[in-house]
Amino acid sequence: MKTLLDQAQLQITLHRLAHQLVENHLDFSNTAIIGLQPRGVWFSDRIIKLLETVSSNTRILYGKLDITFYRDDLYKEDALQEPAQTDISFGLDNKRVVLIDDVLHTGRTIRAAMDALLDFGRPKEIALMTLVDRRFSRELPIQPDYVGFSVDTLFEQKVKVFWKEKDGNDEVVLV
Amino acid sequence: MSLSVKHLLGIKELQTSDIETIFKTADNFKQILQRPIKKVPALRDTTVANIFFENSTRTRTSFELAEKRLGADVVNFSASASSVSKGETLIDTVNNILAMKVDMVVMRHSASGAPWFLARHIDASIINAGDGVNEHPTQGLLDAFSMREKRGDLKGKTVAIVGDIMHSRVAMSNIYCLQKLGAEVIVSGPPTLIPKHIEAMGVKVEYNVRKALQQCDIANILRIQLERQHKPLFSSLREYALYYGVNRQMLDSLGKDILILHPGPINRGVEIDSDVADGAQSIILDQVENGVAIRMAVVYLLSGGRELPE
Repeated sequence: MKTLLDQAQLQITLHRLAHQLVENHLDFSNTAIIGLQPRGVWFSDRIIKLLETVSSNTRILYGKLDITFYRDDLYKEDALQEPAQTDISFGLDNKRVVLIDDVLHTGRTIRAAMDALLDFGRPKEIALMTLVDRRFSRELPIQPDYVGFSVDTLFEQKVKVFWKEKDGNDEVVLV
Repeated sequence: MSLSVKHLLGIKELQTSDIETIFKTADNFKQILQRPIKKVPALRDTTVANIFFENSTRTRTSFELAEKRLGADVVNFSASASSVSKGETLIDTVNNILAMKVDMVVMRHSASGAPWFLARHIDASIINAGDGVNEHPTQGLLDAFSMREKRGDLKGKTVAIVGDIMHSRVAMSNIYCLQKLGAEVIVSGPPTLIPKHIEAMGVKVEYNVRKALQQCDIANILRIQLERQHKPLFSSLREYALYYGVNRQMLDSLGKDILILHPGPINRGVEIDSDVADGAQSIILDQVENGVAIRMAVVYLLSGGRELPE
């Protein structure tokens, strides 16, 4: 097991990502932040908390999206996963959406997420923020717009992100 | 996450954990049904045949909507319009439909046990949409789901099932489901409509409806199924309504807030009066709404783990 980001580094990275968002979205008046269930929402919760301190807008549109029913591998053995809550209480028509997930790997989750988002309206744009980008492992033509940390990995390896609120400590590791 | 069974034949064969899984999944689908776009593409590679050898509007429509909202392709098939009326056997009929590459069969049949028979002879997953006087599992599930939604955990609660128990597959599925969830069940109605030895299922029998209602938190009022009574089992509908019908006056006199369910179709003024069926305690339309979510959950959970052909 190798630590990719420790608590202090993660803190700096989160601040950088939040500021990058402010740079592109200013007051977030037409922006919606969508965290992906189940693990991405711990990341997006943090980003939202930071945005509320560094941007002028304290009521940024924020939703959570579960993609279970949009997966492309349902027919596989053991593919049924426990669905989590989708909680998007606003329409996405003409919104600038920032999709947030913790680890970007094959890109299939993001494909499903984009499919799911379109059921809530026609966004003006969808951008992707990921804490860890596992480079060169994409199976679909999907690339992130905001990256916390890039890492080259083997397919068999796993990147795990731990959050203080859920797991007791902040850390990103490669297993 | 998956069910312990390949088919949904009856609630009798389900584990309590299966029921919990179905409820949890149905919660998600219920939420999807509130959205402007009430559809997900989860089963876009699945074809479901709804085969109804007995009349049904609510159940068939509910299944069809559930399947369509999961993105499945649906074929409907009713006995009156089919070769069954020309003498084709059940297995032949179903195999012919399966030869058209159908992955799942939802079947209603007037013979008790028909889905079990079918499950032994064909590969596809089967969902029992009511077989004779045996079981109607999705109704049992949606009733319990609706009760739980309004009154929380059913453990320790008492549910009265009132009316025609003898001819009711809904009663059977309700009893199995409620008991697995830890509820006490009382059955009530005229002695001629309550099967002998039903106590062996662990339910309490109370022929006096008023007394049954006094002891319960929730009442599921069943329809009098005149079409299944080959000889008269009570003298008249008027008499039935008088002694066994649930009306506002009786409910108010109990001095407690009993939740009222009815699986439909309602015989207004017979087993239940309009002012009860349409009153604040009634959740009859919630049951119908929840029916779609429950059926989506069952169809979804039974279609996982199916390998695509090479």
